[in-house]
This record gives sequence, structure tokens and C-alpha cells, in this order.
Amino acid sequence: MAASCVRTVGSFLGKCGNCSSSLNTVTSQLSRQVLSRQICVSTALKKNLAAGGPEKFTVEFIQKQVEEFDIGKRHLANMMGEDPENFTQEDIDRSIAYLFPSGLFEKKARPLMKLIFFPLHEAVQWGADGRPFHFLFYTGKQSYYSLMHKLYSKILNIEKHQDRMRAKGLFSQDTKEISLDTSRWLTKEELEVLLVETISSNNYDRFIQLMERLLSMPYCNMEEEFVLHYRRPLEARSKKQMVPVPERDDKGVAFSTSDGRRKTSNSSVVLRDCGSGRITVNGQEYLHYFPVLQDREQLMFPLQFMGLLGRFDLQCTVSGGGRSSQAGALRLAISRALLSFLSEGEQETMRQAGLLTPDPRVRERKKPGQEGARRKFTWKKR
Amino acid sequence: MALHRLSFRLRATVCHVRTLHTSGWGQQQEAVAVESEPEPFSVFRTQETDPACQSEKHLGQFYTLPSAHFRPLFPHGLPYRYQQQVKTFNEACFMVRPPALEVISYLKKADYSKPALRYLFYGVKGSGKTMSLCHAVHFCYTQGWVVLHIPDAHLWVKNCKELLPSSYNSARFDQPLQATTWLRNFRTTNEHLLSQIKTKRRYVWTKRESTDEGRPLGELVNQGALKCRLSPRLAADRSLMKWIREEPQLHGISRVKSSSDVVGALMKDLRLQSSQPGADFRLVVAVDGVNALWGRSTIKKENKSAVDLEELTLIHNLKKLMKNDWTGGAIITTLSQTGSLYTPKSAYLPQELLGETGFDSMDPFIPVSVPNYSEKEFESAYLYYLDRKWLQHPQSRTEDGKKELSFLSSKNPSMLDRICGFL
Repeated sequence: MAASCVRTVGSFLGKCGNCSSSLNTVTSQLSRQVLSRQICVSTALKKNLAAGGPEKFTVEFIQKQVEEFDIGKRHLANMMGEDPENFTQEDIDRSIAYLFPSGLFEKKARPLMKLIFFPLHEAVQWGADGRPFHFLFYTGKQSYYSLMHKLYSKILNIEKHQDRMRAKGLFSQDTKEISLDTSRWLTKEELEVLLVETISSNNYDRFIQLMERLLSMPYCNMEEEFVLHYRRPLEARSKKQMVPVPERDDKGVAFSTSDGRRKTSNSSVVLRDCGSGRITVNGQEYLHYFPVLQDREQLMFPLQFMGLLGRFDLQCTVSGGGRSSQAGALRLAISRALLSFLSEGEQETMRQAGLLTPDPRVRERKKPGQEGARRKFTWKKR
Repeated sequence: MALHRLSFRLRATVCHVRTLHTSGWGQQQEAVAVESEPEPFSVFRTQETDPACQSEKHLGQFYTLPSAHFRPLFPHGLPYRYQQQVKTFNEACFMVRPPALEVISYLKKADYSKPALRYLFYGVKGSGKTMSLCHAVHFCYTQGWVVLHIPDAHLWVKNCKELLPSSYNSARFDQPLQATTWLRNFRTTNEHLLSQIKTKRRYVWTKRESTDEGRPLGELVNQGALKCRLSPRLAADRSLMKWIREEPQLHGISRVKSSSDVVGALMKDLRLQSSQPGADFRLVVAVDGVNALWGRSTIKKENKSAVDLEELTLIHNLKKLMKNDWTGGAIITTLSQTGSLYTPKSAYLPQELLGETGFDSMDPFIPVSVPNYSEKEFESAYLYYLDRKWLQHPQSRTEDGKKELSFLSSKNPSMLDRICGFL
């Protein structure tokens, strides 16, 4: 590749064949000195192809793929006898699963028809003549600096707008503010992903400072869309515990139902506000179903903690899992059902006692090459 | 006197039992005389030790068994945990509960010229069936009846170490060890009556031994029980006892080969005698775990085939006794799932545990259900443990602790006992 395809001057070029940078000069020299017929395309473009990478995911390429995907989608819809216009991705998944049934366990290895947009990577930054497209290429971080410039120009725009308003006499401080409560700034990593290049923490701080400056100006709502592009919504606040609604059955007794889960057990409990302390599990006597004291203590804990032992009647159903996990599932269900009979403060104490937290521990998977989840095979020195 | 009456009325809140109880008036007077000795009065105890005089007023209260009655009456028959409790507390206290009271009232009112009535205690595991049986047996004992108490029929159908072919009927099998232990206990219980009752028939044991008509029953019993008396230290040596039993040439000690037949003869005799109109005693047959008689057995013959229950002498004779073709007595029984073989754990009703044959043979009977403790009974048991200083944990003395105990044990007597065991 380094060897030039201009064959007329073989030996001369052979000497400087290894220095690629001088090729441009070589060809220009050649064109001046030797009128030779160029047999193939200029090496410069070919060189840049190699530098660019094996394949070019240009925007045109991506668009072509998208069009092909749409056509394929319509074909698929016709095949399945459905409406091509309203064929959603879920329908596609369903159809592919029907047409290409797979016995593979790993869901990601099964046949897939979906447009997956991989994150951007650097496209080739310079043109055929070797000149970079962007004017800030030689800063090293062209997207970052162009963003800063854009931001600053927006600030200047706003100031100009302010001056105009002041000149007209319509300047007012209390314009609509951009609501920033439900969002946060992009983190440095996220910004790097957006700009497809690495930035330093100093750069990031400068960027945030400039954004804050923009927001401090009165008429910043002009650039609201631009600003919000660089903010991410905050995670939804932790849900407040949903309290099951207490109903009244035909005898006028207040009761509440709730579920609980632990490991692989599922349970559901109906807590009645009678006056006796009777407990039934799966239709059997509670003493018969849980002969072990530990399980009964688990069931007792929520009621005893709130001091409401003799007041309620429990009717429980539980399935799956083992003895201990069934007891744990029931305990969670009882605590949840009890919430509807308690005040706010008591609910808070229950939450802090950990009665309302579902236990996330499940059985860890056994790995290949090991005997169990953690246990390795006996290590033999030789 | 009025002053003393007043002082006792002031204490009415603590011992309301006594002030309400009509016969307590006499006890008050007694207490007046013996003031230096503080007697343990409390809500959960009653001073009425005679089961005949106990009534609904005493429900839920504990009465103490007089020690003179305890040793002879219950050499066997009480649950193991309860025996340990008796040893610990140095007293045997029974709780007066509705099932036992019901049966005692029936026993009082029954007509003994009619065939014997059969009572069956049934209930979930640990609800107090054996204790109710023992309470009824105590009543019979105080009335002077002959007590034929088989502690657990399940022990006769499993884990038999020695199985001899019967001398009387070669198709059947004998269990000498179980028979001798039972005869010994029977002798302890009915010592005072055995000398008075005479045999009605002649029994021939071997070519040389026989018991004639008219001999006291005590002799019959001794025929089957081991005669030698060793000092307690030697008797505790198990290997020695084994050797004595197996050594045929030891002089003066009778082989216990025929003890099962003795048992059979005894049962037959007592049955016949109590049926006669001129009999001066009544017979009570108390069997614990009666469902063993109609279940299956785990005993195996030498050729590894299972032994049918009909082939066991003891069981055969007991079944004959359970038929109500005799008069002048009563049959009190309990069901027991705990020791039973091949029955599911959740079975506790008569039909499930007795099986078809058992139910048909026992029919007609009076089923008496023994439930778990009621609120009042639970309270009573809890106070009893407190009084005996059995509950050491400080939390257990509070109201909350009591509620916890009630929840965890679900008011089952044996569960409560087990939980309080480590508190």
C-alpha cells in the first residue's frame, strides 16, 4: 500500500516509498517532472480510507439501512397478513419468533429484526484534500469547543435581545423561568458520550459555568430547548408505600388483603379486625402447618412489634419455596396488610424496622468450572 | 368470727373461688384456725382434690393430686413430659377441663347393669387427651374401682424385642416383656383390691404350675410378674437384669414365658366377675392409643414377614375386652396419632385413626372432643407456671409476654409446655 501505484518512476519512489507524508509532494513532483499516466486513483483518498476504518457508517449508510428496514417491515407485515401501516416493533418480534422458532436459551442469541443504533464514533474528520472539515479540528476537541462557541453566541443573542427590549421599554425581570427542578445536568461521562470525544474535568466545569450563566439571564427561556437537551430528568422519587385499602365485608368487619414474596414463595393474607387471634394457613391449623417455633415467631413479629397481637384474625395462603421462605413471605404480607390499620408514624416505625422491605436475596446461580455458586473444586497442587 | 369473715371478704378479689364456693366456708374456718401456715390460695388453684366433687365451678383450675394417690395410680400412663414436670415441681396438678368433667359426670350417672359404655377422647396432637383420661382414671380410683390402665397400646405393636410363640395357642405370639411390665404396674395400682377378688376358674400354665379356683387374683398376677426383688442399685444395672431374665437355671425365679397368657386370663376373669350382679367392684378399662388395636404393626417374624395384629395374644385379649358384652364397668379410651403407625400427621378424627374395622368394633361409643385451651384455661396454665417460678424470663411476666405465648403456642397445651420449658 505504501508503494505507489505510479509505476513509471519505480526506483525513485521505491526509496521514499515508506514515507507516506511525502507522497503528496512526490506526486506533485512527479506531475511536474514526469508526465506520467496515473494508472490508478490517487493514493491520498485511498490512504484516508484505511485511516478511517474498515467500514464507514456514514449518515447516508445509516439512512439506507433504515429504509431497507422499513421495506422489510412492510414485507413482513404482508407475510403475516397484518396491516403494514400499524406494524409495531412488538408485532415484528412476535412474527420473527413465530417464523424462526429457536431453542436457544439465551434470549439475545435468538433471531432478531430490529434497528439498533450503536453509539456514534468518530467519522473521518478531513476531506479528500486532507483539509479537516471543522474549523476547530486542530484544537483537538472540536465538538467541545464548537459547543462552547455556540453557547456563547446564544448568550450574546440573549443580551442583544435584552438590549432591544430595553430599548423598546419592555424589559421585565420576571419572565418565564425554565423549570429545572425535575432534571439534572449531564454528568461528565454522559457529555463525553454526546460529544464523542474525551474532555477534561476542567472543561466540564467551564461548560457548566457557562450554562449557569446562560440560565442566570432574564430571557433565557428563548433557549429552553437547547438547555433541556443537556439536562436529564431525575429518577422518579421513591414510591411511597402503597397502603392496601381496608374494606368491610358483609358482617361489618374491616379487613385488608395483601401479598408478599420471598425467594420463590408467594403468599397472600387477609387480615380481619375481629377480636380473636385465630390463624389459618392454606386451610390448615397454623400450628400444624408451621410446627417449627422459628416460623411462628416470624409470623408473630409484625403484630407483636405494633402490640396488636390478639386483635386480628389471619387467613393466609402460601405456595412455593421452603419452610423458611414461606414464613418470610407471610411476614411481609402481614406487615403490608397491617399498614392500613396503622397511623403514619407507626407505618414509619414499621418501615424502619425493616418489616416492609422485601428481601432481595435469591439463590445464586451455579457457575461452570465451580462446584457451586462460590465453592471451587478442590485445588490440587499437581 | 364476724371480724374474720370481713377480712376474708376483703381478700375476695384474689381468691374469689373460695368465697363463692359453698364448701369453701368450711375451709375458711379451717384457715382461721391455722393462721400461722400460709396456704397457697390463688385464682387458678382449687382445693377440691376429689374428682367426684369437682363441678363446672372448678373449670380451668388446677387441683393437686394427693401423693398417696399418685404413686400407686400412675406408675405408667402419664405423658413423659408431665412426669418430668411432676418431678420438678414436686406435685402433680391436673387441670379441670370440660371433656374430663363430662366423662366423669357420665360415669356417675351411668347404669351399671347395662353393657359397658365406651368413651373416646379425640383431638389434635397435644391437646390433653391422655391427661383427661388420667383424670377420669383418678376419679374411678377414688371410687374404689379396679383400674385396668394400658398406658399406650402402640407400645405393644411396635419395637418388640422378644416374640415367643404362645403356649396356649400356637398360631399366636406372646410378648413376655411388655406383659410383665404391665402386670407389675397393674399390681401396684390395684394392690388393695387384688387380695379381695378371687379367681373363678382354674388356669393351668404348665405341667407343674396351675392356679386353682378361688385363689386371690394377686397370686395370678404374681405368676406372671418377675418375682425376684433386687436392691435398687442392682436393679438399675440393665445387663444384670437381662442376664437374670435369660438364665434358665437361676433358682427361685420364674420364667416369664406365660405372662401374656396371665394377662389374658386376668382380663377374662375381671370381665366375668364384674358382669355378675353380686360383684362388689366395678371395672374401668382405660386404654390410651386405642387406634393401635386396629392399625398395623411393625413387628416382624423371623422370616421377615409382618405380624398380623390378630396373632398377638395381648392385642387379641384386649380387643375382646373392648367389646361391650360385659356389664358393671366402663371403657375409657383415647386416640393417639403420635405413636401410631402408618397414619398421616394431620389425622385426628376417630374415623381417620380407627379405620373402618376399628370404627365398626367401637361403635357405638361416646366421642368426647378435647380442644385446645380456652382463654380462661390458658390464663390458668400461665398463672400456674408463674406461681411455680417456671417462667424466669422477665418478658414472660408481662401482659405482652402472655399474648406472645398465647400466639406462639396457639393455646395448645403441649406446645405451651414446650415453649415455657426454655423460658
